[in-house]
Amino acid sequence: MNTKRTELKVSAIRNGTVIDHIPAESVFQVFKILNLDASDKQVYFGTNLESKKYGKKGLIKISDTYFKPRETNKIALVAPNATLIEIKDYDVVRKGKVRLPHQIDGIVKCFNPKCVTNNQKVSTSFLVTQDHKGEMKLFCKYCEKTMAKENIEFI
Amino acid sequence: MMSTLKGHSLISITDYSKEDILKILDIAEEFEADPRQNILGNRVIASLFFEPSTRTRLSFESAVQYLGGRIIGFASADTSSVKKGESLKDTILTVSNYSDLIVMRNPLDGSARYASEVSPIPIINAGDGANQHPTQCLLDLYSIRKTQGRLENIDIAMVGDLKYGRTVHSLVQALCLFGARFHFVSPDSLKMPSSVKTVIKNAGLEYYQYTELSDVISLADILYMTRIQGERFPDPLEYEKVKNAYILENAMLEQSKDNMKVLHPLPRVNEIAEDVDDNPKAYYFQQARNGVYIRQALIAAILGLK
Ligand SMILES: [Zn+2]
Repeated sequence: MNTKRTELKVSAIRNGTVIDHIPAESVFQVFKILNLDASDKQVYFGTNLESKKYGKKGLIKISDTYFKPRETNKIALVAPNATLIEIKDYDVVRKGKVRLPHQIDGIVKCFNPKCVTNNQKVSTSFLVTQDHKGEMKLFCKYCEKTMAKENIEFI
Repeated sequence: MMSTLKGHSLISITDYSKEDILKILDIAEEFEADPRQNILGNRVIASLFFEPSTRTRLSFESAVQYLGGRIIGFASADTSSVKKGESLKDTILTVSNYSDLIVMRNPLDGSARYASEVSPIPIINAGDGANQHPTQCLLDLYSIRKTQGRLENIDIAMVGDLKYGRTVHSLVQALCLFGARFHFVSPDSLKMPSSVKTVIKNAGLEYYQYTELSDVISLADILYMTRIQGERFPDPLEYEKVKNAYILENAMLEQSKDNMKVLHPLPRVNEIAEDVDDNPKAYYFQQARNGVYIRQALIAAILGLK
């Protein structure tokens, strides 16, 4: 079981989640999105690690914690290629890429101060789109403004 | 046949397909030929203007009156329960008990979409902040078809504030359904946003950008003038630089095509000189009148009466 041993070396936690293949510059953003500074579990992270596929990458390990899709959707906004590895008793029990959904509901704030979602009790809703350069954009279902990645702020 | 329109809100021009748009234009044509049709019976239309817009409100109210309907509502938030802090949701749910259709204008972007989600009766968006104003777009399309005899493949020049002007954004989106060549004239600081240009590219169409008004006059079928609004500029000096950049004068129309018409969503400030008004190519006042027929058509179609 060579692959398992590799994972073991990478994760080095008994139970919990490893988030791999985070762009090096987004590690702290993922950290913040998952609110890990408030976690009472053991949290490790590394950045500027060597990666054959991505050059420099970041990685976060959180023991005794598993995430709901609502959480992993948030990661995909800043780390679209991140891999989630769930570990139980040193075994990899689940491994998969985070997936950017077609729609993002209730977790991102609209950057338009005049949007109804910032002025009435309305939950936000965005369609995930791409511009002509292939850059990911969020289209607010209400004010119909298109928001770039750098304007994303989580609720 | 009317199933896509009947009972449905109109919030954004993109809610309508090409067929929906053509259907509304056809019904509007019927109303232009015969505007007074007593078809609303005892129906009640609520006209909720959370911010004043006398022009749009009177156009809607005139449309309802021509159709023999009744109107309830308010002309500004000052006189309504909004002032007491009532939520938009509560206002909509309450008014929907008293009426068959709501016409709403509200300063918040996206407020009309939200209202349509909570309302049990259809909503017509009469302007939600800087976002959409679909009845303006439909009356522009009606005016283009009426003056050019077609909507397909026209050369349209849009002039002025192309960055913030919601009417030009919606009109571009709608014309992309029919094919058009777009000529954009604006100062560098007020160019058409890239999201709108993406819509044009995705439709496989072409646009050209200019900074001189004189460059487009001879090639346009439609010259669509807009107002440059001072309140858009954080720096008053910046506004001073561009506010008089595009003023259309009658003499400039000499080089224009015979079929060319000048449109403007009104109100104008100084961007069309008054000596243009008597030129048969000036169409902006007829354009405003077409708004009544379009609003009659929408009300009739959404209530399932046409
Ligand atoms: Zn918004």
